Amino acid sequence: MQLIPCPWCGPREEAEFHYGGQAHVAYPEDPSALTDEEWAQYVFFRENPSGPFAERWSHSAGCRRWFNAVRDTRSHDLLAVYRAGEPMPEVLS
Amino acid sequence: MTFRTPTGGTIDRNTLLHFTFNGRKLTGHPGDTLASALLANGVHEVGSSVKLGRPRGIVAAGSEDPTSLVQVEEPFPEPMLLATTVELFDGLVARGLAGQGRLAPEPDPARYDAKHEHCDVLVVGAGPAGLAAALTAARSGARVVLVDEQNQAGGALLGVDEYLDDRPSAAWVADVLAELRSTAGVLVLERTTAFGMYQDGFVLALQKRTDHLGFAAPAGVARQRVWRIRTRQIVLATGAHERPVVFAGNDRPGIMLASSARTFLHRYGVLPGSRAVVFTTNDSAYCAAIDLAESGVDVPMIVDARPEAPARLATECAARGIEVRAGHVVIGTEGAGRVTDAHVAPLDGVAGHCDTVVCDTVLVSGGWNPVVNLFSQARGKLRYDAELGAFVPGEELETVRVAGSATGELDLTACVRQGRNAGASAAISAGFTPRGQMPLPVSDSRCTSRSGLVLWRVPGDDDASFVDLQRDATVADVLRATGAGLRSLEHIKRYTTIGTAHDQGKTSGMIAAGIVAEALGVELADQRPTTFRPPYTAVSFAALAGRDRGELHDPVRVTAIHPWHVAHGALFEDVGQWKRPWYYPQAGEDLHTAVLRECKATRESVGMMDGSTLGKIDVQGRDAGKFLDMLYTNMMSTLKVGRIRYGVMCGVDGMVIDDGTVIRVGEERYLVTTTTGNAAKILDWMEEWLQTEWPHLDVHCTSVTEHWATIPLVGPKSRDVLAAVAPDLDVSNEAFEFMTWHDTHVAGVPARVCRISFSGELAYEINVTAWHGLAVWEALMAAGEQYGITPYGTETMHVLRAEKGYPIIGQETDATVTPQDLGMSWAVSKKKPDFIGKRSFARAENNRTDRKQLVGLLPVDPSVLLPEGSQIVETDRLPEPPVRMLGHVTSSYPSAALGRTFALALVRSGHERIGETLYVPVEDSLVPVTVTESVLYDKEGARRDG
Ligand SMILES: [Zn+2]
Repeated sequence: MQLIPCPWCGPREEAEFHYGGQAHVAYPEDPSALTDEEWAQYVFFRENPSGPFAERWSHSAGCRRWFNAVRDTRSHDLLAVYRAGEPMPEVLS
Repeated sequence: MTFRTPTGGTIDRNTLLHFTFNGRKLTGHPGDTLASALLANGVHEVGSSVKLGRPRGIVAAGSEDPTSLVQVEEPFPEPMLLATTVELFDGLVARGLAGQGRLAPEPDPARYDAKHEHCDVLVVGAGPAGLAAALTAARSGARVVLVDEQNQAGGALLGVDEYLDDRPSAAWVADVLAELRSTAGVLVLERTTAFGMYQDGFVLALQKRTDHLGFAAPAGVARQRVWRIRTRQIVLATGAHERPVVFAGNDRPGIMLASSARTFLHRYGVLPGSRAVVFTTNDSAYCAAIDLAESGVDVPMIVDARPEAPARLATECAARGIEVRAGHVVIGTEGAGRVTDAHVAPLDGVAGHCDTVVCDTVLVSGGWNPVVNLFSQARGKLRYDAELGAFVPGEELETVRVAGSATGELDLTACVRQGRNAGASAAISAGFTPRGQMPLPVSDSRCTSRSGLVLWRVPGDDDASFVDLQRDATVADVLRATGAGLRSLEHIKRYTTIGTAHDQGKTSGMIAAGIVAEALGVELADQRPTTFRPPYTAVSFAALAGRDRGELHDPVRVTAIHPWHVAHGALFEDVGQWKRPWYYPQAGEDLHTAVLRECKATRESVGMMDGSTLGKIDVQGRDAGKFLDMLYTNMMSTLKVGRIRYGVMCGVDGMVIDDGTVIRVGEERYLVTTTTGNAAKILDWMEEWLQTEWPHLDVHCTSVTEHWATIPLVGPKSRDVLAAVAPDLDVSNEAFEFMTWHDTHVAGVPARVCRISFSGELAYEINVTAWHGLAVWEALMAAGEQYGITPYGTETMHVLRAEKGYPIIGQETDATVTPQDLGMSWAVSKKKPDFIGKRSFARAENNRTDRKQLVGLLPVDPSVLLPEGSQIVETDRLPEPPVRMLGHVTSSYPSAALGRTFALALVRSGHERIGETLYVPVEDSLVPVTVTESVLYDKEGARRDG
């Protein structure tokens, strides 16, 4: 079982966490101004890279905070974790 | 006849153990395994093979054995154990298996548990390399855990009669072990198999704590324990398994791995037979031949596939009367059960030249496979070692080191040196400084050379040449797979089933890979070995479940009023983790009669239920209204303090995810309710939006589900009952309007009473602190006695709401249903510029007229009850498939109020179909139903105000 370093609590077992999909997908400023296609992009489409991927995690059985992590999807290695609202750190790929 | 030697081994010869195998009463000694005790009694035939029914014996001495599957019958039935790993105890009753066992029909009374352990260095395997690694790490001050699957340390040394530094090797082992045990921070676990390696130094190990005690196992001590070990560094000293060579008739009982025969001799004092032919491709089997010959076994011949026999060992054999046939192989065997003859011929296949040697035992050695299972599980890359004919660790990992014969090294001193180095570097990586280097022992072993011939199989009858003895998979099966065009070992494994039995191909996998490479004409170095997966050895579900069984399987949540429900005979329904009263049967009542009675009493007089499990979330802050406006489809910020609004929540895709009431407690405070099963999910949903999208909003959410006991009081007499227990409250319709709430006292305790209804009847929802829940419930029961107040459960609640066409989220909906599909456009705000899901309502897909929509269904025959989940079709006769399905039945009940059965359903273009007749396939018939509006009872809402 992987250890996930919560930016608030430190390394904890992955069973304490909940996955939240791709990070930095902001809720559109004005959904009514979007075309159906643009709205569908927001609702249904997400990246699925082989390699580093910025994604959201929630420490749901711990501090209950949402945070972001860059994970290499090939190895599951967590390359960086950072608090919600912070910019994505530069990571080696 | 006994095959027990007069002396030797680590068994306790002074104590006799009685056991029963295949109905025969036999004896053995403490220290025996079931396998060694059987061999001591001359029993080689254990079971039979799963497909062909051929007799199966004992091939190896340990957990790599492919054949000796037994069913233990007493003390407690347990299937699929290996005779070679079952430690003998008095009273054991077992029988051999034909491939498959039988689970006990009764619950296992034994206790299983789990324990967490944290350490700096975990060493797997207590053979020479593992002991050296553990001692080196321990001397550095690191916290060390040493696990080993055997009941005593020593590893390969247990199976030989060799000296280290002019002392029996057991003395060296005992010294190392004694120092380990006396070092603080060191944990040595015997009978403990590391079976799974996971990320970040997480290792699972199974400890068999009392299995070996049999009937004497103390109650209250966990029989098996799963160790959940988190370590900084790992040293794998998992050893090597001898592999056989495949030849025609290689599956007969009495055909055994040479080193395993040596282990049976030295560890258990057991001879494998009277007359043994040894077939080898390397030096190590010579030691077995010589040791057995010196112990009284007639060894007529060593058949060595190599063109030249090793000179020194051949001389030693000649001195003992053992003929050595170099360049020869065993090409076949005879025997109705156990082997009786071996056919020996030159490897180069000179036609017609063949000798038959009478024997009751054939000992085989095809070389050694390093045990790389755990290394591979740790995602270490493997490399093919052509000299060894095996996959070995092919890279260094940051936290995992491999030492000893698991690397392919077969020289004992070199193995200890590797262990010492691995232990030191693991300690350094974990932040410690090695101290006091242990000296390397010198072995007197005859057989340390690794020069061997890599030989997977002897050409012959492919259908009689078994690769996987447990799966009855032969060379012919492998060639059939390659002939069918399969090239990947993973595909061939699945096609032939080789390596999928209990042993996971420990002795067969490498050979299968070799035969495939030969058949395809490719290099093994270019082949990708099959992936090793946990568990390394079989682990029972009971052990994995541990204490999480029965009542402890999952937390059980009960309400404050629960004891009353139990005392009054309620049957319970699980809703999430909650126990909810389902219905309250009276004498002689079944579900239907009880529910009809509960419904009738509620609609005609007054009923009451325990609604405490309803999710409740306290939402506070300056922006609470703004926040709820985004979450719900309807407007919440305009709700006046003192009033209540029903709300629907959607996902961004516009599909309904939950519903409930929102009451405005104060200017900056709301209390929202969720469906029972969704409470945690909706709180998470709120937190997610607050933290990730709108952190600037001043809103705080807290679950208060368990703080409140909630009692819906329902029916035309509910006003009278409430008036009797709430003297401060003006219960008149004018003073206490529908969808408002009042703080007051009920039965003398502070209460918040809401006028809401989930049944269409006049109803009040009484909320008090959980502490007072039971007392208030009892007071209401007493006050309602003169009206025949009737407690009802979830089933009646479901019927009452369904008669009114109120959907239950999760029953009428499945994440593909919009508020509009449910006929709830009235709950979708047209004024708000945005809320979650709004934009999706404008999508073309959401506006199709043929969406599935909620309607009522009335079976034409009013006594027919449609099964929930039934499909709905258009015609009274089923056309040729594929049949177009219009939708499905979501709820279906008999109704006291309607005097007939009815159902709710999601039906394509349902709102347009009202009045149509559709058909529901039930078993072999098509039941005609009439489509109606979803509201079937009191369409005018006349009953709401009493
Ligand atoms: Zn945390």
